[in-house]
Amino acid sequence: MERSFAMEILDILAQDSRTPAAIIAQMLNTSEEAVKAEIKRLEDEKILLRYTTIIDEEKTESESTIHALIEVKVTPQYRQGYDAIAEQISRYPEVRACYLMSGSYDFMVLVDGPNLRSVSQFVTEKLAVLNGVVSTGTHFVLRKYKDNHVVMPNGRDDYRQVVTP
Amino acid sequence: MNPTVVDIPPSGIRKFFDIAAEMKDCISLGVGEPDFVTPWNIREAGIKSLKDGITCYTSNSGLLELRRLCCRYYSERFGVEYAPEQCIMTVGASEGIDLAMRMLISSGDEVLIPEPSYVSYMPCVRLSGGIPVPIRATAENGFKLTAETVRAAITPRTKALILPFPNNPTGGIMTREDLVEMSKALEGTDIIVVSDEIYAELTYRGTHCAFASIPGMFERTVTINGFSKAFAMTGWRLGYVMAPEPLLKQMLKIHQFTMLCASTTSQIAAVEALTHGFETDFADVRAMRREYNRRRNFVVRQFNDMGLSCFEPLGAFYAFPSIQKTGLDSETFCTRLLMEKRVAVVPGTAFGPSGEGFVRATYATSMEKLIEACRRIREFVESLA
Repeated sequence: MERSFAMEILDILAQDSRTPAAIIAQMLNTSEEAVKAEIKRLEDEKILLRYTTIIDEEKTESESTIHALIEVKVTPQYRQGYDAIAEQISRYPEVRACYLMSGSYDFMVLVDGPNLRSVSQFVTEKLAVLNGVVSTGTHFVLRKYKDNHVVMPNGRDDYRQVVTP
Repeated sequence: MNPTVVDIPPSGIRKFFDIAAEMKDCISLGVGEPDFVTPWNIREAGIKSLKDGITCYTSNSGLLELRRLCCRYYSERFGVEYAPEQCIMTVGASEGIDLAMRMLISSGDEVLIPEPSYVSYMPCVRLSGGIPVPIRATAENGFKLTAETVRAAITPRTKALILPFPNNPTGGIMTREDLVEMSKALEGTDIIVVSDEIYAELTYRGTHCAFASIPGMFERTVTINGFSKAFAMTGWRLGYVMAPEPLLKQMLKIHQFTMLCASTTSQIAAVEALTHGFETDFADVRAMRREYNRRRNFVVRQFNDMGLSCFEPLGAFYAFPSIQKTGLDSETFCTRLLMEKRVAVVPGTAFGPSGEGFVRATYATSMEKLIEACRRIREFVESLA
């Protein structure tokens, strides 16, 4: 099964979003111009939205960030279903991600904050009181062991000898 | 001591290993194994077998379930019908090479071996009392072995022909048409073909053609394969050899009295590798091949751009660029590149004298390292101009 040019590029950028167009071109046996044009199209069409980082926060100097996963049950609204309330939740800058879920609750909301209190405040004062929200259940992240396919702490991963037949 | 053993030179690869292993910040393109770790489901199956206490021997030829899967694999992937009775699980494909040589060779028999090729063939032939007859494969011919050169090398003492394709170190492959031509060269002889297909899954144009699938060739073919490359299982040391029963029966005796059986843990893990493979249409293998293919495109382009003309390798995970333009011999090139730029590649001469003028660079390494390695090699080549 041949994969599209766009999928090949997205796959390479998903592994390292800093891969230069010239290198991608060599990997895919095409021209740099073709890669640049395709990346621009993906950006213009809002398919490729942002190039970001994966950070081991335990090793950073900054004040620790608190992450929480919040289960939210809501009452779907007339004619709008879940969309209106999802948009409302998503607007808060504290919310990193908001997913509609199958199962015993409706939304999984990922929230970041500088400390426990700020996250608790966000839940009790902003999220729980939204029109349509029936209940919330907050789970604080204690430690990240793996994020976006990267296992932390990221130690030695190549155990091969330097030269083998 | 046995003079045959004493006379065999140590692997040319070792010298580099010792220097490179001590060097800080060295990027190694000298590795002959995947940079992927064995997929987790396979590792887990091995771990579970240990937890369950399955620590006993298997039958000499290996787990029946696994041999059935290997046969199904050859049938579905390459269109060759072997029965489980025609299959032995071996300690890596390497043992398969040794078994085949010991089973076939009587003192003074000749074995045709393409060159450059994998380091084990010559010593295995010699240890069995045979005479290796190298046949030079050239970049101009895509490092294929041609029927004409084989015809010219055949003598009444020729016992076997080794066909190691896709090839380590060149990356050359043989297509079905090439193999049909080769089969014609063998007509009227009793030569047995030992087809080492360990890199079969790493074929980047078309699909691998198994020599046993060529009309009339099944009866005279010993097929060798294993789990190291297709499933990133090098350290598990598990391969298999398949052949018609008259040949297999004899190899089984050697295996039985020297190895007893292949590692049980590895065999159980391999059952998972193939079972999961069939369930997912070998998605992991396809993803790995896709990844290698990108790196392959990249390094081949890089070598050609820096003036080291590089034949397009259509199999395995090696590039085999010519370094003749630099005026250095292979060994000097590799030593200086290692000392001056801290990049390890392997001199072509490690794979036979006809590898002179070439180096082997593995692209089974992260893109990040490949980019940096190519940058350093380019600097080195420019410093010579």
